[in-house]
Order: sequence, then C-alpha cells, then structure tokens
Amino acid sequence: MSNQHLIDEDEALFRPIYHTGKGFYILAALFVFIFFIGAAYYIRQLIYGLGVTGLNQSVTWGFYIVSFVFFIGISHAGTLISAILRLSKAEWRRPITRMAEVITGIVLGIGALHPLLDMGRPDRMLHLFERGRLQSPLLWDVTSISAYFTASAIYLFLPLIPDIAMLRDRGGRFHNLYRVLSWGYRGTERQKHVLERAINILMVMVIPIAVSVHTIISWIFAMTLQPGWHSTIFGPYFVVGALFSGIAALLIVMIVFRKAYHFEGYLKDIHFQYLGTLLLIMSLLWGYFTFAEYLTVFYGHEPNEMRVFLYKFSGGYAPFFWLMVVCNLVIPIVFLTNKKLKKIPGILIASISVLIGMWLERLIIIVPSLANPRLPYKTGIYMPSMTEIAIFSAAISVFALGFMVFSKLFPLISIWEIKEGREESVYAVSKRLKEYLPGAHEEKSVEQAIKEQL
Amino acid sequence: MPKYGMVIDLDKCTLCEACVTACKLENNVQIVSKEDAAIGRTMFWMTMLTLEHEGQYPDIKLKRIPRLCFQCDKPSCIKTCPVRATYKREDGIIAQIYPNCIGCRYCMANCPYTVKVFNWDRDKQPQQVEKCYNEDVSVRPKGIVEKCVFCIHRLQKAEERAKAEYRELRDGDYVPACMEVCPAKAIYFGDLDDPHSKVFEAIKDYRRFTLQEDLGTIPKVYYLNAKD
Repeated sequence: MSNQHLIDEDEALFRPIYHTGKGFYILAALFVFIFFIGAAYYIRQLIYGLGVTGLNQSVTWGFYIVSFVFFIGISHAGTLISAILRLSKAEWRRPITRMAEVITGIVLGIGALHPLLDMGRPDRMLHLFERGRLQSPLLWDVTSISAYFTASAIYLFLPLIPDIAMLRDRGGRFHNLYRVLSWGYRGTERQKHVLERAINILMVMVIPIAVSVHTIISWIFAMTLQPGWHSTIFGPYFVVGALFSGIAALLIVMIVFRKAYHFEGYLKDIHFQYLGTLLLIMSLLWGYFTFAEYLTVFYGHEPNEMRVFLYKFSGGYAPFFWLMVVCNLVIPIVFLTNKKLKKIPGILIASISVLIGMWLERLIIIVPSLANPRLPYKTGIYMPSMTEIAIFSAAISVFALGFMVFSKLFPLISIWEIKEGREESVYAVSKRLKEYLPGAHEEKSVEQAIKEQL
Repeated sequence: MPKYGMVIDLDKCTLCEACVTACKLENNVQIVSKEDAAIGRTMFWMTMLTLEHEGQYPDIKLKRIPRLCFQCDKPSCIKTCPVRATYKREDGIIAQIYPNCIGCRYCMANCPYTVKVFNWDRDKQPQQVEKCYNEDVSVRPKGIVEKCVFCIHRLQKAEERAKAEYRELRDGDYVPACMEVCPAKAIYFGDLDDPHSKVFEAIKDYRRFTLQEDLGTIPKVYYLNAKD
C-alpha cells in the first residue's frame, strides 16, 4: 500500500480504513442476513397487503409508526448535539461530532422509510407530491424531514471534506472516489475560511430544523382529537425524548467503536463523563415532562382521557409503562449519579436501557390511545406479527451496516478537527479563559501573557 | 344546496339488524375471513354499537344503537387526509375517493367515532355474495380506507331519474339502503334544510341527541330516545 511510508500522528484514526479484521466480515454477514430476512418479509407484505401485520381496525398504527418516531428521535443525536456543542465551543466535542452526524444520516434514512412500510398502497406514494394537501400534518412531516435530511447530509459532508482530502493525498484504494468527494480541497487559507463559514452557517440553521422535525412528528398525534394524544405539551415532550434517546445511541456507538477500533486515545473517560451527565440531565427532564403530562390528565379526570390513562397505569399496558419508567428514570439515575457505577460499562447499561425505554415510550403513546376509542367498541389486542418484528430487526441491521460501511470509507473521528484542536485550541481556550477572569486586562496584554506562558 | 342528514328513532328500533345486513350487501362491504375477524378486522359501514351491557342472562340490561358514519358538519377526518381522498361535498356528505387513498390510515386515527374501516386483506367472498354484488358500487381493493357515504350512488341515480322526468328531486326520492329496509320505520332520511321533509319534522323532536356532542364535530345523524 502506498500509505506505508506515511506515519501520521493520528495514524490510529486511519487504521480502520485500511485494516479489516475477521470479526468485521462475520458481523457484516450476520447483519446482511438479517436484512435479507426483513426484505423478504417486506416483499411478502407487498404481495399480501398489510393483513400480514398484527394491526386491526381500531389499532391501525403499530410497530411501524412506533419505529418511525423512535428512529427519527435517535437522529436528533447527531446533528443537534454536534451543532449545539460546536456552537457553545465545547472543546471536548472534537472526537464526537463525526459519529453523531453519521448517526443522523443513517437513522434519518431508515426512519423516513417507515411511513412507506406502513402505507396500505405504497404504489400510490407519489400522490403525496402530486395532490398533497399541505393542511395535513403528514405533509408537514414530509417537508420537515426532507429539509432535515438535506441539511444534516450537508452538515455531515462539509466537515468531512478536509479528511477526504487527507485520504486522497495518501493514495491507495478508492482514490478516484476521494478525489471527486474532496472537491479539490487543498487546505489553503481561503478554502479553510470558506469551509469554516459554511459549517458555521449550517450549524445555526440545523438547530431550528431539527427542533421542528420532532415537534411536527408529535403534531401528527397532537393534532388529532384522540384522548391521550391531543396535548399541547407533545411538541417539546417529543423533542426532549428525541435528544434523550439520541444521546444514548451516541454513547453506545462511541463505546462500541472505541472498543472495536481502539480509539481509547481519543475517546477518553472525560467524554463519557460529560455525555453521561448530559444523559442524566435529559433523563430528569424527560421525567419532568412525563410527570407533568400524566398529572394533568389524572387531575382533570376527563373520562375518555382516564380510560387511556388507566390502560397505561394499571391496565393492559401497565407492564410496558412501568418498564419504561424503570428504563428511562430508575436505571439512568442509579448508574449515572453513582461515581463508582458511572464508568464505561455502567454508562453502556444506562444507554441501552434508555433506548429500550424510549422505544417503549413511543409504543405507550401510540397504541393505548388507539386501543381505547371514545365509543365503547370491542377492540382486539394488538400483537405484532413476525413481519413487523423481522422488519424492525432489519432496520437495526441496516443501521449497524451503514456504520460499518462508513467506517471503512471515512474516518469515524474527525482528524482535521483533532489536529486543529491540538494546534490552535489550547491557545484559543486559554485566551478565552483569561478574558472571563476579573481584572480588566487589555486584550493585547492577555495575548502576550499567554504567549509567554506557552 | 340540500344538506342530507338522518334521524334514527331508538324508541322504534327493534335491533333487528336489517340495516346492518342491507348496508353490507348494498355497498359490497367485504366479508372478512374468520381469522381476521378474530383479531378485530371486521368490516361494517353500519353496525350495532353496544353502549351499555349489564347483568347476566336472563336479567340483562342492554343498550344498543345502530351506528353509521355520522357525516359530521365539521369533520375531523378530512382535515388530516394528506391526499384529499376524503372530502366534504356541498350537500354535506363526507365522500371517499378510493383511487386517491394511499392507505396511511390517518383519517381512521382522527375519527372520534372510529367509523372508518381499512381493507387489511381482500378475502375470497362466499359464492352467494359474489353473485349478488351491487353493480353501482365499486369493490374496494386491499390497502385503502372506506366508510359509509349515505349510499351516494343512490343519489346519482335519483338525480338522473328526476332529470329524465323534468322535475326537481323530491323528498323520499333518495334514501339509503338502511332506511329503505328498516321494518320498524325507525330511520328518517332527507334534506335537513328542507322544511317540508320528514327528517326536518323528526329533528325538531325534544328527544333528539347526538353522540359526543361536546367535540364540536356536529354530526348529521341524530338519535331520538325518550329515556334509557
């Protein structure tokens, strides 16, 4: 390989691109296998119709819509977290942002396909564009998700350009791909400046788009008259839940790749501590929203609302409800407030439990409202069929596969940002710190003082 | 423009379910397989809704009412449809455009009365049923939503007949199948705005009520009931 003679300071970050272990192929084969099972089940659904699912006349939305909301929620990990961390100049973001953005890209793609899985007539999908009614929240969703996908894809791509240029300069395989994708980036002052400006504009733009996406998804439910759905709190509630599950997904991805690709030197304990604290904060915030939502329902005691409420609290969905409370509140609080447990294994357990809990939360929001219509019908119990379970597993496999393929093409940790951090941030941060401190130094004297110190 | 509506006199209703059967045959509503029915996928445009059910046989207290689409004046289902597959006609009927429907089932989720039904499967129909399909009504494919539309095909026929006879549409020219078949004459149907129609008389009754009145959907199907 032509890159042998180059020894980079950050060689460890290039390693996964050039060296592939046996485990990688075995895992990839497993995921491809699961994906094909799901695909086969979907083709079966195309032939036989939605009858192959476990849905019925009153519970018309099930696994597919639950997964749709769940996956779109996870997608908030990425772009939103990375944008907020960039915007707030959090220096520890540097090795994290890339992974967060990749999560968004892949998961958003998967999530956006879910309504298509749920359609009775997917062959008529283009009607949405041909004769779409903008008055329908579904059309708002189509609009906001496509805007978010576009913005986050660009937001993933732009900070990739300098890294692609580095890969191109090293030569080796996929040289032509890198040459095209690097857009002639040579790292000149002007190019750097333009790139930075573009990233800055995007990171500000992406935040309102991301917030709007999950708000609008919540409005699909909140705009209806259904008891349990028709709630003003749903917009922010869903955004908080999305961020919550997003951080958990990000932590899992970080821990897995840290182990698999030996990124120990980059993803240090401090990153997990900070993100763990963020996860804890989101857990408490989520708990607050949940409490506020259910307390108002309970106190108001409107009969239709109460039927849904009791179905969740002590009825058919009680096991799921209380499991959700344990997964989303008890486990994260136990593992993330205790210094002894707040280590990588503990954080991994908390993150996995949060993902399970947030999936259950979406289920608990969607199904009980549909299972308790206002008029006293006899409703069938909703049980997901094999089709729905297989397609859900396939969706998770696609997520893993997407990450694996990406890691073989591009570095999972932004190399140029690490270098930039090493070269410039130490100076910039100490300058900033000095400025915060009392004692009005002239700016120039501050600069001089730091230079002397360094 | 007329405003079609219905009144069902529960004091006359004998719960014979003739309207349910008539509706099913008139509109070619699919008869679902046993397996589908077991998991709650039965399809009815007109059905008997059990409001109260107390006690054991023979001391049973039962309150059932025939329930169809209420053709709300302020319908919530049409608001959420992303492709205009359901809309309110000028005469107040909430119609369905089956070729437009993408099967997202959003209208079903937003109907406070849960009257809409989805074609989960297209099952093989019994031979006797296939023989007596109504040719005026399309057979819906699987994957789309359907509901009662006040036998709208009968309105088209009645209008054409009236036109051929050089006259206006009269009260009673256009009636849905459920009303026609009701042996107790418990169902009134017609133009709610026409002071000479029978339904106009019936609607003035003090026993009048609608379901879920507080939602503001303003159903155009009224019930009459003296007391429980």
